[in-house]
Amino acid sequence: MSEVILKVSGLTKNFGGIKAIDAVDLDIRPGEIVALIGPNGAGKTTFFNCLTGIYTPSAGDIILRDPKNGTETRLNGMKPNKITEKGMARTFQNIRLFPTMSVLENVMIGRHCRTHAHILGAIFRNPATRREEEEIVDMSYDILRKVGLHRQVNEEARNLSYGAQRRLEIGRALATEPFLLLLDEPAAGMNPQETEALVTLIRKICSEGHSILLIEHDMKLVMSLSDRIFVMDYGKKIAQGTPEEVRSNPAVIKAYLGEDVDA
Amino acid sequence: MFPVKELKRSALISLWFAFLTFPIMVIKVDPIERTVNWRWDNLFFVALGSFVVSILAKVYLIRKERRAGLKKVSKAVTEPFVQRILREPRFLYPLSIAVLIFAISFPFFFSTYQTNIMTTALMYVVLGLGLNIVVGVAGLLDLGYVAFYAVGAYSYALLNLHFNMGFWAVLPIGGLFAAFLGILLGFPVLRLRGDYLAIVTLGFGEIIRLILENWNEFSKGPSGIANIPRPGFFGMEMNFDSGITYIYYIVVALVVFTIFVVNRLQSSRLGRAWLALREDEIACQAMGIDKTKTKLIAFSLGAFWAGLVGVIFAAKTTFVNPASFTFLESAIILSIVVLGGMGSIVGVIFGALILILMPEYLRALSEYRMLAFGGILVVMMVFKPDGIISNVRRSYQFKKHSSTAE
Ligand SMILES: Nc1ncnc2c1ncn2[C@@H]1O[C@H](COP(=O)(O)OP(=O)(O)OP(=O)(O)O)[C@@H](O)[C@H]1O
Ligand SMILES: [Mg+2]
Repeated sequence: MSEVILKVSGLTKNFGGIKAIDAVDLDIRPGEIVALIGPNGAGKTTFFNCLTGIYTPSAGDIILRDPKNGTETRLNGMKPNKITEKGMARTFQNIRLFPTMSVLENVMIGRHCRTHAHILGAIFRNPATRREEEEIVDMSYDILRKVGLHRQVNEEARNLSYGAQRRLEIGRALATEPFLLLLDEPAAGMNPQETEALVTLIRKICSEGHSILLIEHDMKLVMSLSDRIFVMDYGKKIAQGTPEEVRSNPAVIKAYLGEDVDA
Repeated sequence: MFPVKELKRSALISLWFAFLTFPIMVIKVDPIERTVNWRWDNLFFVALGSFVVSILAKVYLIRKERRAGLKKVSKAVTEPFVQRILREPRFLYPLSIAVLIFAISFPFFFSTYQTNIMTTALMYVVLGLGLNIVVGVAGLLDLGYVAFYAVGAYSYALLNLHFNMGFWAVLPIGGLFAAFLGILLGFPVLRLRGDYLAIVTLGFGEIIRLILENWNEFSKGPSGIANIPRPGFFGMEMNFDSGITYIYYIVVALVVFTIFVVNRLQSSRLGRAWLALREDEIACQAMGIDKTKTKLIAFSLGAFWAGLVGVIFAAKTTFVNPASFTFLESAIILSIVVLGGMGSIVGVIFGALILILMPEYLRALSEYRMLAFGGILVVMMVFKPDGIISNVRRSYQFKKHSSTAE
């Protein structure tokens, strides 16, 4: 239990003169749901982008530890696809599906890094390739059932409703078999019913052995779901703790309500 | 009703056109009399014409949007006829066989001249399918595709000249050379995107042509290499006519082979990765796809086909020189892909046949070929950006409650 699966220390990211992230520490333990919150522009998405290799951090360390075999990897400067292979997958705040590909194909893409068929296999369709392809389809379908999209397998992703697109992004990330799943504002744009279904889904995913780090503005969702919360403001970590601790933390109240509320 | 804002826009467009075409439409210099004729009436016609055309285009687009609004309800019914056929194996297989029989019997019913033209058109089908992997499927805008075609053609010409190698030996070598060059070019270039990639590949195409043109010791410069032997058939001597028919069959076989391979690739793990790469590079990487590797494979595979067709081109014309590999050639192949439908095999076949056969049979038009290309492409981009036949996504059937292990 004490072994962390993700350990971020002193993570810093500069854009020119701006410190979008300033020496942030964070850790996640197996089976946890951890939330990362903060006002707009606090640097949460930038933090995700650094973790997943889309940005290269300016300073600091990101260490990922595979709970199955205990291997530790330093993620700094690794390519995004390598990081996904290591077992950390994500969704995007501004949905980034493959719009003209079908729902099923979107999830099938997620299987890419766990499968091996090469050009010759594709051309000759040897038994191994066919079997692998069947496995990809079956597994993708199962994932779609889990996220509740199995009735729309052949629909183009762009024709889905907003909430369904967010769920598809989660499904696509799950297909890469991550032990750590990063969700960037999964409830944004969802109505209350959809949000409720999402909470159930996230709990289910967690119970199946995936740890979760999520960014979210919906405080009700954050407070009910998370085991621990990290709070960022202006690129710095200003608080961390259980939902109760964070809720009553003066620095957090100040960051959210503005300067005039004095602690 | 038609919005006033659009009227204003159309007026602006027509003014802009009048301005752009002013030097060629209005000013006419008479070099003998040393005078300038000002043809102002032309200006009026240009302005009026472009005004009307832009309004018509807008009306069409507005209507299309309205219809699209209604269409959502009954999507299956409005799916174009061609696409419904392509989806149904029941129709598709007999149709393909009919087309194949037609293609095989073609030389028996048509003259050598016609067969020769058809051979050219089919070569462009293969070129189009090759470039389609790069541009249509993987979304990498490559304007220097002709360079790989040239590599194939010169491979045969030079290997034959220096080492006396035969057509069948060089055919795979030419393809592999081109693919290898594709990888070499790919490494530095593929980190670029969109427009930048287009410009660099355009430059690359020109560099290859200029090397062929200026490096006399290597490629014999602009005068080219002549007397390249036609393909052999177990050492049999062939007269001119049967030689042409023979090449025709080689090309038909190549087309069938290409369609087979490209089709399988597109519905494979690799093909999906290409599509995903075209749709969203960042999401694609975040899903664990190696961007560089996937792009390189697309690039070199596209080049491979250009190389193959290059070898056949050299054997067919028995003569190569750099003039055959200008940017115009790249532009034609690209037009085939765009016109036919990015990513769609059937679309590309149609595109190639239309764009190559049309100028042959409408000789009067061939003078205005480039103008027609430009016009067609613009019109297509406005009204049917998916091409004549847009790509059909494969659909999957599942039992209601599939009970595979979770
Ligand atoms: N590529 C970039 N170049 C320059 N500045 C950037 C870049 N990406 C983010 N920033 C800046 O970094 C800061 C943090 O942005 P970020 O998107 O991480 O905020 P966020 O916490 O996700 O906000 P939100 O809740 O609105 O999503 C912002 O001031 C933003 O302008
Ligand atoms: Mg954000």
